Amino acid sequence: MVATSALKLAEIRWHGRGGQGVVTASNLLAQAALEDGAYFQSFPEFGAERSGAPIIAYTRISHEVIHIRSQVLEPTIVVILDATLIGRVDLLAGLQEGGAIIVNTPLSPEEMRDRLDARAFVLCTVDSTGIAQKLLGRNIPNVPMLGGLLKARPLVPQEAVLSTIQHRLSARLRGEVVRANVEAFRRAYAEARVGLLEGNICEAET
Amino acid sequence: MALVTRHSRLVKEVRGTPVALDGATLVAYAMRQVRPDVVAAYPITPQTVITEAFSEFVANGEVETEFIQTESEHAALSACIGASAAGGRVQTATSGPGLALMWEVMYVASGNRLPIVMHLCARALSAPLNILCDHSDVMGIRDAGWVILLAETAQEAYDNAIQAVRIAEHPEVMLPVASVMDGFITTHGVERSEVLPDEAVAEFVGTYRAPYSILDVAHPVTVGPLDFHDFYFEHKRQQIEAMERAREVVCQVAEEYGTLTGRCYGAVEPYRMEDAEVATLVIGSVAGTLRTVVDDLRRQGIRAGMVKLRCFRPFPGRELAALLGGVGVVGILDRSISPGGAGHPLFTEVSSALCQRGCAPRMRSFVYGLGGRTPAPAQFRQAYGDLLADRQLGAEASAPVYLGLRE
Amino acid sequence: MTLKNWRELRPGGVIAEPGNSTAVETGSWGVTQPLVDFGVCVHCMICWIYCPDSCFLVREGRLVGVDYDHCKGCGICAVECPKKCIVMREGARDLVLGS
Repeated sequence: MVATSALKLAEIRWHGRGGQGVVTASNLLAQAALEDGAYFQSFPEFGAERSGAPIIAYTRISHEVIHIRSQVLEPTIVVILDATLIGRVDLLAGLQEGGAIIVNTPLSPEEMRDRLDARAFVLCTVDSTGIAQKLLGRNIPNVPMLGGLLKARPLVPQEAVLSTIQHRLSARLRGEVVRANVEAFRRAYAEARVGLLEGNICEAET
Repeated sequence: MALVTRHSRLVKEVRGTPVALDGATLVAYAMRQVRPDVVAAYPITPQTVITEAFSEFVANGEVETEFIQTESEHAALSACIGASAAGGRVQTATSGPGLALMWEVMYVASGNRLPIVMHLCARALSAPLNILCDHSDVMGIRDAGWVILLAETAQEAYDNAIQAVRIAEHPEVMLPVASVMDGFITTHGVERSEVLPDEAVAEFVGTYRAPYSILDVAHPVTVGPLDFHDFYFEHKRQQIEAMERAREVVCQVAEEYGTLTGRCYGAVEPYRMEDAEVATLVIGSVAGTLRTVVDDLRRQGIRAGMVKLRCFRPFPGRELAALLGGVGVVGILDRSISPGGAGHPLFTEVSSALCQRGCAPRMRSFVYGLGGRTPAPAQFRQAYGDLLADRQLGAEASAPVYLGLRE
Repeated sequence: MTLKNWRELRPGGVIAEPGNSTAVETGSWGVTQPLVDFGVCVHCMICWIYCPDSCFLVREGRLVGVDYDHCKGCGICAVECPKKCIVMREGARDLVLGS
């Protein structure tokens, strides 16, 4: 049963592996929501963090105060940072009808739709690993995934995400790395392909 | 009634700055603003974030606190006791097993009437080994003579952290205060909160003027002398009295804080209780989830309500009796257990408080979320269903229900 | 002696009157008390140093007597006295002060 109170909410479940920046992506989105004046929550699935092990994080965004404090059990969006999790983790568990899936893959949405067996959902694919390898020299796909997420679901303005990336990452990273992340976000947004429910594909807008 | 009402604004409301921070960092931020003289702590999951963030503030020169990382929690609270007896404003933070190790010294702090503030990140107790949230640690200190406040959100943890200082140091109280937030759920969750300007917090908490200092050689005092059968009883009676006076102080401080910030708190916080025929009573972060469940049930035409307890010590029995006495059936939700007890901890407190006042509704005990088990909304919808079914049962006593347990 | 009730006592048992231990007479705790032979005593003050209850009375650098109201009769003075001019004796107090 979907709680009616949840409809005003965007509830995101992030799947990735330890070291890919899953929790950072969730926190960056929360910070961007703050800049947008929204309410939000961002939290990991609590447990022992291990590099390479499957990791889950959650984000909630709403324009009203968010009271619920449980893990996201019925997400409206699922973000998959690592396609090798497909078949090993129940990635679509509880995903609400009409919900969106964003996958880090060079495949097209139709190809991925078959592999995920996801008929009833909006599917967005973006080659975040490829973009990260090219621009950052490492497989840290979290920032490009934010580009894909915003392409599929404009939860917060792009400018808010960009200023958050600049602000938050500058505290820890060198200027050129921050600039590379900004570019990675922009490129991912441009290259992400969204396959609608009917199977239509919106190619990248210029 | 200790429910806060909005009075005319005596003080101009201060505009806060919205931030995206986890609860633990937010509490460390409040600690910096409160400017303790001494903080002694030992890092333990999930409290570690507080210790790390606060020691960073110290290292950066953002606060002039003497920060002592001790060799254990027992030592941490002991250091706090010495520093507090020396007249300082003193704080610590811990979690679960760390609190258990402090247990002996908890009584020394309260018995010596030292207004220490502890930020407690609620965590289950081993064994089996577990680092996640429940309230087993909190219930272990219920009789230690500390004021205990419990936060629903990171914002409330921040607000309680500031108010705790005023409550502890109030001349009529002079008791240590534990400000509790749920481990991981509140400590590690990033949410939208508002922080006050540094000056507003400094002005609100004021300067602590200790009644004495063990370092004042011009006025020597003995703290913690031997206290046998001839005096111990009297000193314990004083502690009981101080806790009674804390009832009023908790609400006074909350009211003053509400005037400053617009965020009003009381010892208890009713949610949609006006005409409720079925209600639950909860502590901690789960109150938020219960709000959404109550809203859903209301939409279905069920007159559901919820009462959140913010202050566990002193226990607001009178307020609860007024809120719950007229409700047909009430579920009490425990996040800890008391094996073999007359009931689980919160259930026993609430049922005792209501029975003493002769206004006991039909009550049922629920246990949820032990060791961090997900408190899913569906479990609580089920709990309200159980309660409504209970109402048909008459006087027959019902066994506790273990929500989300694999039967 | 009437003890203070809980409303009258200082919170937490703090003792803010320094030196108030003199108000509690512990002279009855011991069976024997020190008896000093002032003819032999050289006023070396070893007894004064060792006494855990500060019971040796000194005036102008000379030992002048024993505070029998607070002496608990431990006898360390008699053991440590280098001239062996202190003996522990039952009824020493009465002998010195009169009964």
